[in-house]
Amino acid sequence: MTSRPQLIFLLAVFAVLAVVPFLGARYPVELATQVMIFSLFALSLNVLAGQTGNLSFGHAAFLSIGGYACAYFLTRLGWPLAVSMAGAVIMSAAAALIIGALCVRLNAIYFSMLTLAFSMLVWAVATKWRSITGGDDGFVGVDVPIYLTNPYSFFWFTLAVCALSVVALWILSASAMGHALVAIRENPTRASFLGMNVKRMRLAAFVIAGAFAGLAGCLLAMYVRGMYPQTAFWTQSGQVIIMVLLGGIHSFIGPIIGAAVLYLLEVITEQYTEYWSFVMGLILLAIVMAFPEGLVGIFSKLRAPRRS
Amino acid sequence: MLANPIVLFIQVMNALSLGMSLFVIAAGLTLIFGVLRIVNFAHGAFYMVGAYLAYTVVQTFGDTNLGFFLGVAGAGLGMGLIAFLIERFLLTRLYDKDPMLQLLLTFALVMILRDAVRMVWGSDQHSISTPPALSGAVNLGLTYYPTYMLFLLVLGPIVAFALWFGIERTRWGRIARAARLDREMLSALGVDVNLVYAAVFVVGSMLAAIGGALAAPRSAVDPGMDALVIIDCFIIVVIGGLGSLIGSFVGALILGFLTIFGSFYLQEWVIVASYAMMVFILILRPWGLFGQSDEVRH
Repeated sequence: MTSRPQLIFLLAVFAVLAVVPFLGARYPVELATQVMIFSLFALSLNVLAGQTGNLSFGHAAFLSIGGYACAYFLTRLGWPLAVSMAGAVIMSAAAALIIGALCVRLNAIYFSMLTLAFSMLVWAVATKWRSITGGDDGFVGVDVPIYLTNPYSFFWFTLAVCALSVVALWILSASAMGHALVAIRENPTRASFLGMNVKRMRLAAFVIAGAFAGLAGCLLAMYVRGMYPQTAFWTQSGQVIIMVLLGGIHSFIGPIIGAAVLYLLEVITEQYTEYWSFVMGLILLAIVMAFPEGLVGIFSKLRAPRRS
Repeated sequence: MLANPIVLFIQVMNALSLGMSLFVIAAGLTLIFGVLRIVNFAHGAFYMVGAYLAYTVVQTFGDTNLGFFLGVAGAGLGMGLIAFLIERFLLTRLYDKDPMLQLLLTFALVMILRDAVRMVWGSDQHSISTPPALSGAVNLGLTYYPTYMLFLLVLGPIVAFALWFGIERTRWGRIARAARLDREMLSALGVDVNLVYAAVFVVGSMLAAIGGALAAPRSAVDPGMDALVIIDCFIIVVIGGLGSLIGSFVGALILGFLTIFGSFYLQEWVIVASYAMMVFILILRPWGLFGQSDEVRH
């Protein structure tokens, strides 16, 4: 999953991002913030999808749990930022622990169906539990700490959170555990013969993925100043899968590239046509039919045509 | 309120009617999964396309009985043709690849079709009126009941019987069942398996479109109508067992009764209950009430 060129790429990305606020325009800063949030979300899914091969169709559940929890802690309970975010991440991780414990027992299609069912459950609860979530109308008006209300300071904050997350996930991916997860993806039976507790490792990946999705949810809730039930809907889970696949499921940086490309494509497309969903469908179709390894796969094939 | 026998009767009829109209759609999903082993996310989108096709036909031929039934037939045939093209040009290339790619292909179709209907029919809500022959109400002894709802209620078992007969009692059905069990052996026996796959995918998709056309007089025809139907279908096939026809029939009835009677006790929270049921079934019996566990199958 990890490699030296990818590390260089990541450093370059962060160097470029650090220059963005000095361009003098506010729009690139806003755009970069959004891209970073969705990249983090996509990266979190890849811990599960790329490293263990379990395709979750309900990953948006954890994005919205983190978002709602953070919004509620900040606004209704008036907790400080760090406590709110930590609390929201813990809640997402706890939800992922419970949901994951039930999901990892299942394989392939049933795993996807159960994660989908859980996320729709979260969506339904978010739609109906007005006193906590604001129901259909969403949680409107999040009390963001005063020092983060400026888009520039929020950009730096998002950059810092994302950078720390990327470092943490990189270390995880390069660790013995990361390699064990890949072994499980490639051949679960063999991995279990080698003495690995396949279910426990899958669960660990599920919880880590959920926690980082929750963290992305915190950033999203603060950036949008609100949280809406649609965040947990199955189409949102589908969109993040497309981000991961577009970038490439078998590399660390794939999801980051996929999220950035897809998000920027959306912004550009919407200037010309209202049919973004159509364009995104065609992109997914192209990936599925012709490039299952994603953009990173195309790139490495061009570099090393004899491999794979 | 349910103590009143007339109210109770009406609610039971409503539950049956809802269940049966969902069954027609879900039957197509389970048929496709049963033979092709594909979870078709686009099934809801096919349902939506069916409703729109019926709308166009009814617009052309007018709000008559003939117009309506031509609309239902047109929805089935039109979607059948689209499904045939999808199967021939896209799905066939993925049969021997990772099943996840097949699932993602159907997801791509969801997004493409959702905007395609907006391009063709616009974003406005449309509606189809109930055909004259099926409007009004009939006297069922205890009380009057809307004719159209009764029509849907009766149609479900007919579709179920036709499918059962087709699968269990005809040569084509035997071939389709054989394709499910052992594709290679069937092919070695000289059967064109690809043709079987195409036929099953087309029939399953036609059921979704017909279900959409039939639902149109009761609900709005709009570009978002697919999003929750597909989840309802998933709930049904999961309860009954993916691939089981009788399972879908029972699952549709369970969801129909849960939706109608649940709303008496849970009000709007009933939607949470239906997802909770899906979760519980998948935890306790992932292969559903009538499906077979993979361990038994192999």
